[in-house]
Amino acid sequence: MNIAGLVHVVGALIFAPFLLGLINRTKAIFAGRTGPPLFQAYFDLLKLLRKGAVYSRTTTWVFRAGPVVSLAAIVTSLFLVPFGAQPAPLEFEGDLILFAGLLALARFFTVIAALDTGSSFEGMGASREVQFSALAEPPLLLGLATLAPLTGSLSLSGMLAGISGGTWLRAGPALALACAALLVVFLTENARIPVDDPNTHLELTMIHEVMVLDHGGPDLAFIFYGAALKLWVLGAVLIGILAPPQTGLFWDATLRLSGMAALAVLTGIIESTTARLRLVHVPQFLAGAGVLSVLALLLVLR
Amino acid sequence: MILFLAAAAILCAGGLSALVASRSARVASCLGAGSAIVGCVLGFIAAARALAGHTEFLRLAWDVPYGSFNLGLDPLSAFFLLPVFGLGALGAVYGSRYLLAFREKKSLGPPWFFYNLLVAAMALVVAARNGVLFLVAWEAMSLASFFLVTFENEREDVREAGWTYLVAAHLGNAFLLALFLLLGNGADSLDFDQFPHPAKSGVLFLLALVGFGTKAGFMPLHVWLPEAHPAAPSHVSALMSGVMIKTGIYGLLRTLTFLGDPPPWWGWTLIAIGITSGVLGVLFALAQHDLKRLLAYHSVENIGIIALGLGIGLLGLSYGSPALVVLGFAGGLLHVINHAMFKGLLFLGAGAVVHATGTREIDRLGGLLKKMPLTGFTFLVGAAAIAGLPPLNGFVSEFLIFLGAYRGVAAKGAGLIVPAAAAISGLALIGGLAVACFTKAFGVVFLGEPRTEDAARAKEPGLAMRIPMALLAAGCFGIGILSPWAISFLGGVIGILAPFDPGVALSNASRSLSSFTTGAAVLAVLIGLFAALRRALLAGRSVEAAVTWDCGYARPAASMQYTASSFAQPLTDLFGLLLRTARHVAPPSGLFPSHASLATETPDLCREQVFQPVFRSVDWGLSKVRWLQTGHVHLYVLYIALTLVVLLAWEIA
Amino acid sequence: MNMWIDSVLVFLVLTNFLLLGSRRLAARIRLSAAQGVLLGVLTILVHADNIGLRTLLLAIGTMTVKAGIFPWLVRRALRETDVRRSVEPFLSYTLSVLTGTLLLGLSIWMSSRLPLPGSQAGSLVVPVAFFSIFAGLLLVVSRKTALMQVLGYLVLENGIYTFGIALAYEQQLLVELGVLLDLLVAVFVMGIIIFHISREFDHIEVDRLSTLTDYHP
Repeated sequence: MNIAGLVHVVGALIFAPFLLGLINRTKAIFAGRTGPPLFQAYFDLLKLLRKGAVYSRTTTWVFRAGPVVSLAAIVTSLFLVPFGAQPAPLEFEGDLILFAGLLALARFFTVIAALDTGSSFEGMGASREVQFSALAEPPLLLGLATLAPLTGSLSLSGMLAGISGGTWLRAGPALALACAALLVVFLTENARIPVDDPNTHLELTMIHEVMVLDHGGPDLAFIFYGAALKLWVLGAVLIGILAPPQTGLFWDATLRLSGMAALAVLTGIIESTTARLRLVHVPQFLAGAGVLSVLALLLVLR
Repeated sequence: MILFLAAAAILCAGGLSALVASRSARVASCLGAGSAIVGCVLGFIAAARALAGHTEFLRLAWDVPYGSFNLGLDPLSAFFLLPVFGLGALGAVYGSRYLLAFREKKSLGPPWFFYNLLVAAMALVVAARNGVLFLVAWEAMSLASFFLVTFENEREDVREAGWTYLVAAHLGNAFLLALFLLLGNGADSLDFDQFPHPAKSGVLFLLALVGFGTKAGFMPLHVWLPEAHPAAPSHVSALMSGVMIKTGIYGLLRTLTFLGDPPPWWGWTLIAIGITSGVLGVLFALAQHDLKRLLAYHSVENIGIIALGLGIGLLGLSYGSPALVVLGFAGGLLHVINHAMFKGLLFLGAGAVVHATGTREIDRLGGLLKKMPLTGFTFLVGAAAIAGLPPLNGFVSEFLIFLGAYRGVAAKGAGLIVPAAAAISGLALIGGLAVACFTKAFGVVFLGEPRTEDAARAKEPGLAMRIPMALLAAGCFGIGILSPWAISFLGGVIGILAPFDPGVALSNASRSLSSFTTGAAVLAVLIGLFAALRRALLAGRSVEAAVTWDCGYARPAASMQYTASSFAQPLTDLFGLLLRTARHVAPPSGLFPSHASLATETPDLCREQVFQPVFRSVDWGLSKVRWLQTGHVHLYVLYIALTLVVLLAWEIA
Repeated sequence: MNMWIDSVLVFLVLTNFLLLGSRRLAARIRLSAAQGVLLGVLTILVHADNIGLRTLLLAIGTMTVKAGIFPWLVRRALRETDVRRSVEPFLSYTLSVLTGTLLLGLSIWMSSRLPLPGSQAGSLVVPVAFFSIFAGLLLVVSRKTALMQVLGYLVLENGIYTFGIALAYEQQLLVELGVLLDLLVAVFVMGIIIFHISREFDHIEVDRLSTLTDYHP
């Protein structure tokens, strides 16, 4: 285990909710509002952690295990993602498969916790969640596969460290396409517009939010925190490709952090300027991401 | 070898004595299950010894043309014997309790006889080293399983399923007969070690693919599988789905050892088959309402994953890449064992559900986790394993196959990259859809509120049924966590399939897997940590119980829960072109509608579109020569005589 | 330089995919106009080492015709027939996109097999040309409105143009003139057809033309 890489894990654990604040601030500016404070997500988490809980009589231990296992899986996935030239704490050939697997584990438990309530709304959200994430899986794994022949490495740390400005000059179009595919995955997995609207207040139209309707107190805090970390961890992979390291530790860290901030702002801009897709059109959006990743791979290999 | 023979003898003798003792259900069960357990334990020890490196052979004379009683236990055989005997024993423990439910209506002697015969025949198939012996054992295996499938033969659908199975099995056998005749062309006997170097290896490969693929359940040869597996008693479904279809994989691998260096198109074919079987298998599973039928379609999916692994291994052989060979074959082989475990577990769990509620309809169940905590928990473990989630065993084998595919992409060679990339996207899609399917199966059956009276009355099955499930669930965890150590046993097996020593590549994979287990440890620690944190936070605070939030609706009822059909509907609609789900809708009408209903049904695409038209036209063609069948015996004698005369004349001329 | 050419070609592929997946008529027309601009840029980029008057003229002409005149014609036809609603195609949009992926693979495979002379435009240009042709054909085959078929022909022609620009520059003018002429004819004919069909039948769905046949089973 690479101890220095733990710095990223700790950093992510601290800074992740801040990204939510940035996104919301961007959206507020676009809408001409002042918006909540940048640190609102932290306040929400603290408030939730101080509360008691109410459980439905229908639920079983699965409902209580859901948030715990999901959060644990997402935090574990943090251990696989490097930050800058610094390799991740856990680095091995094929760790990207474990990365995808851990995200799937988190989703599996969120979904069965939702089904445990017996609510038809949560069933509906769960049904949509599994559909969209199933279709988001190929672009994620194929998009990352693009990096394997470019860098000759099969671990996330090796791949992201292997990308340099030169790689971008050599295979810019392919990398750009892969990034576009991963951006779609990023938006989908994090329940963002145009796939899902985190701000919607009608149960019928929600996807992620409706699955966690029945959770409250510390459980809900775990879920919020997990969502923020998921945003961070997928964003870190994307920024890792977009902003190649090479300039020394301090500048790397600055570059990455500002990259993450820029990604949050970009997400806010996308959310402010695009409309949400009709649910039946989302699969096409995801198929489009799949096509982008295939195209990227074809460009690299030709 | 003596242990192996003793195991086979005990199985046969026990089966026969159970048949003799049919009169008393309890005695027959004791004899049948007891001998199966003892025989399987002995056989398991023999297989484990052989896998550890004690390769043994036995040759006895046999008065059959081209035949000899030629047995061998090399690592490849031993590897496939492990699930045969392992699941065989657990199935027997489970069945000893499960079958008792039928003792009022049925004699329990025959099912135990055929169960023991099935296990013995599978063991013989895997150990046989002579074509004739192999085919005889293969036929015994098919017939024994046929009689087990038709155990509840008073039901129309079961007889139908048995018929489909019998026809499919024998069509497959025809290809195998041709395969062995061609393989042994020019040799004195059909002993495996006397096969001459084959001339047209491509044709032989295709024959093996069709013949063994029918048993394994490759799409589109899988049509018997979703019919036969649900019809059989659950412990037999577990054995058939978990182990018997793998004899097809074994046959394919054994044949590959005779065929010499594979050209690339073999690998491409297997990868194409793997993706088709995997994706379509899981899609059809999603559209099913019958729990056991759903599991049967998942067998097609998992056979697809195994085919993907083998395809990558073959491509590695063709392009001379040891890493690919080892990763592909190791992933495929490990998935054979893993699938035996979690699919066995899931079928046993489904059996417990059927046992407790009397229905297999997913939409009539619900809330079973409260009534059947152990069955529910083990089913959850099996569901997570089959969906390929870390840290369970299903993830490990898919990980190896994925890694092989990524190696293929990184290798930069046109013939390798396209199939490897296709394998990655196929596996990714299969994984995502499997999560969808098993959240549906587990969520609707075990979570929420019971949807019917039957489901509300369910209770946990007896100890003999719970123990095998618990053991298999522990195995799913065990292989996942001990994976770096587990794959070291694959070295000997891969050594038979590949012309080089797999040690280096295997230890590379093992290194990756030991890092993976570190990740699993991190996950476990974090789960413990967060659970403790949650407990500490909630300690001393108000924790209340209430009803589920339902948007302010005042009177929630169990029937308002989301059903399995609704859950799967977005995906089944998306792939509607392939699934062709039929809907029967009676829409509500008028101001006070009294009745409305919606029923969907997804018949098998290949069965409807490919096989039925073919069989119908064959039927039509044959009905044209129906006039031959007059019912007069003397005319039949005339036909025979005429045929003989014609043949004689042809031979002379 | 190759990277810029590659980028333009990638954008060409993307516009083709968008055309296959897009649901709105206006967006489709914009996309085909964008293809015209891309082709103009491509013309200049491919011959960047010796930009002559001819190249410039060709690029400007391409852009004017493909990005200006054609879209304008099609828009006018659209206005006159007053069709706003989108008709579901024979092949659903998602499936069209996925079929497109297969066609892309096919084009790459074909271009690796065909004995074509090398080009200064890099190895991507032939597959992209093939892909444009295939995508155009797919549009023509799978869409129901005559308007979409016109766009399909345009895409197809763009493919041929890409081919020509990379491989037959010496006979470029010849190739291009012939192609343009073909196309003008096609657009006019289609324009007339669309106009008349709409006058006669009040809609422009091709599959309903089948009612005109003599064959009545």
